[in-house]
Amino acid sequence: MHGASVSLRELGKSYGPVPAVERLAIDIRPGEFLSLLGPSGSGKTTLLMMVAGFERPDTGAIWIGDRNITQVAPNRRDIGMVFQRYALFPHMTVAENVAFPLRMRGFPKTRISQSVAEALSLVQLEGLEKRLPAQLSGGQQQRVAVARALVFEPAVLLMDEPLGALDKKLREQMQIEIKRLQQSLGITVIYVTHDQEEALTMSDRIAVLRDGYLEQVGSPADLYDAPATAFVADFIGKMNFLDGICRKLGADCLEVDLGRSGTIILPQQPVASAPPLQQGQRVRLAVRPERMKLDRHDDRKISGVIEAVIFAGASHTFLIRLAGGEIIHVQTQATHGGSLPQEGDRIGFVIPDDAVHVFPQAEC
Amino acid sequence: MWTALQRRFRDGSSSPREYGTAMSLGLVAPLLLLLLIAFVYPVGRLLWNSIFAPDATLVHYGRIIEEPLYLLVLWRTLEIAFVVTVLAFLLGYPVAYAMARMSGRRAMLVAACVLVPLWTSALVRSYAWIVILQRNGIVNDLLEEAGLIETPLRLLYTKGAVILAMTHVLLPFMILPIYSILRNIPDELAKAARNLGASAPQAFLRITLPLSLPGAAAGTLMTFILALGFYITPALVGGPRTLMMSTLMAQQTTELLDWPFAGALSAVLLASTLLLVVLYRRALSFNKGFKIG
Repeated sequence: MHGASVSLRELGKSYGPVPAVERLAIDIRPGEFLSLLGPSGSGKTTLLMMVAGFERPDTGAIWIGDRNITQVAPNRRDIGMVFQRYALFPHMTVAENVAFPLRMRGFPKTRISQSVAEALSLVQLEGLEKRLPAQLSGGQQQRVAVARALVFEPAVLLMDEPLGALDKKLREQMQIEIKRLQQSLGITVIYVTHDQEEALTMSDRIAVLRDGYLEQVGSPADLYDAPATAFVADFIGKMNFLDGICRKLGADCLEVDLGRSGTIILPQQPVASAPPLQQGQRVRLAVRPERMKLDRHDDRKISGVIEAVIFAGASHTFLIRLAGGEIIHVQTQATHGGSLPQEGDRIGFVIPDDAVHVFPQAEC
Repeated sequence: MWTALQRRFRDGSSSPREYGTAMSLGLVAPLLLLLLIAFVYPVGRLLWNSIFAPDATLVHYGRIIEEPLYLLVLWRTLEIAFVVTVLAFLLGYPVAYAMARMSGRRAMLVAACVLVPLWTSALVRSYAWIVILQRNGIVNDLLEEAGLIETPLRLLYTKGAVILAMTHVLLPFMILPIYSILRNIPDELAKAARNLGASAPQAFLRITLPLSLPGAAAGTLMTFILALGFYITPALVGGPRTLMMSTLMAQQTTELLDWPFAGALSAVLLASTLLLVVLYRRALSFNKGFKIG
């Protein structure tokens, strides 16, 4: 089987006056693993339901390959789907569950049993054909759901938080398996999750949604290193935020007044701020904890008092309170030997220029 | 304790860790006592009388077999109960289905439409049918005014009237068990079926309907058993021409004072009911072995 491209074109959907999805456009490449990531209520499930055909978009169109499926009934879309709680048919055995889509398509019996056997071996469930779903563990049910969604060889697979009900260890194992399966089959996957780690691990690209709007779509590294908005910066990974006001705008030089916490001078216009910043504009600076460096000697930089030191095996995290009251996390590699800064120490830190993201605070 | 009881009831399991034998017996004892005094004893007495009054004899049973009227009444009772059950199922299932899919104010409205009749006395509802169906009742008046009939139709005291009124009175007993099962079937199952290539009717026939069968079985069984022994409605709406077993028995006990014969009649009805229930349960054994959810 081969993946097909999925094109979401200016999709809109509202329930009453409340928009669930707003003018949303994403082009998903054939064979791509795309995650829809966002907090609950961000519209990611609505979006998935529109692709599956259970919700009708108010505006826009959905294309799969060169076929416009916006008005096509769910049973004629040929899209596999793994539901949040698997939605296995409780009155059918494993084999009957997996055979269901083939029977609906009127395949001959011999072909059905062959395909069912293949699908079950794909998810390593041979020997459980005659069991009922209630007799399976959560992980096994999950595999049956995947087998059932793949057995009719759809070009696109939708997954709605499929691992949410599993415990952490099993979840990590299934993440790897699903990814491996997706790559070996070359199928296009649209994967809904609110777990950013899961999205970072599995996805080719991630679409971050917020209140029905698309905040950013890009590779995990793009989102992590170059978040387009403060929301994305906050949602993906750990991030320190500092609010301030633009003071000086040289040719390329920028000074941000952080009030009582001091000032930060940036020698060049940061990447993330697409519209040029204005004098006096409120901005939010974002820096990853691991990009900051502690500096005991340099007192020209902003400084603070260490509130706590958290040891986490490979790294230390320092919680530092600035003069203005903000708490900043600084993560360093654990070092052996040498004396670490202690709680209560006054300490400065260095921020590499390219580690700072500047977001205009229009929304505040 | 309440949740533990609920869980036990639902699972049908008897885990000795939850309650000891004494505690369990203590919990059931009051109800058991009431049943013994108010149900088992009188019924037993009635059945006993049918064989041992005055001496050991089968003469009362002989009368039932010899007199075609009594077999006719038994047959008519079974027939009416069956037709009522089928009609109640056909009318009740869609209502239960709609109720299970509604939410908020609309669901409450429909639930009220189902429950309020249940809380109204069957006597009142049967009289209502008399008002509607009698010679100068609403139906005949309307038909006459519309010029469809010249003289009033005989609607009351017919088998049709009995079936109509009984179906109406017993409908909630069909709707409620089906509704409670349907509501517990996750919405995702029908969606999954649709996603996997089933049309809407196929998804219903292959997923929702089979999963709702335990509720349908409970509803039909309850309706059928209630219909077999139903007294008020057939007595009022059916009249002497549509005699059913319960009306016949009432005649024997209250008017003719022939208690032994009434006992024989009730034994026959009880036996036929039990037989049908056993056969029905055997036919429905397909619903075993899976749990919903």
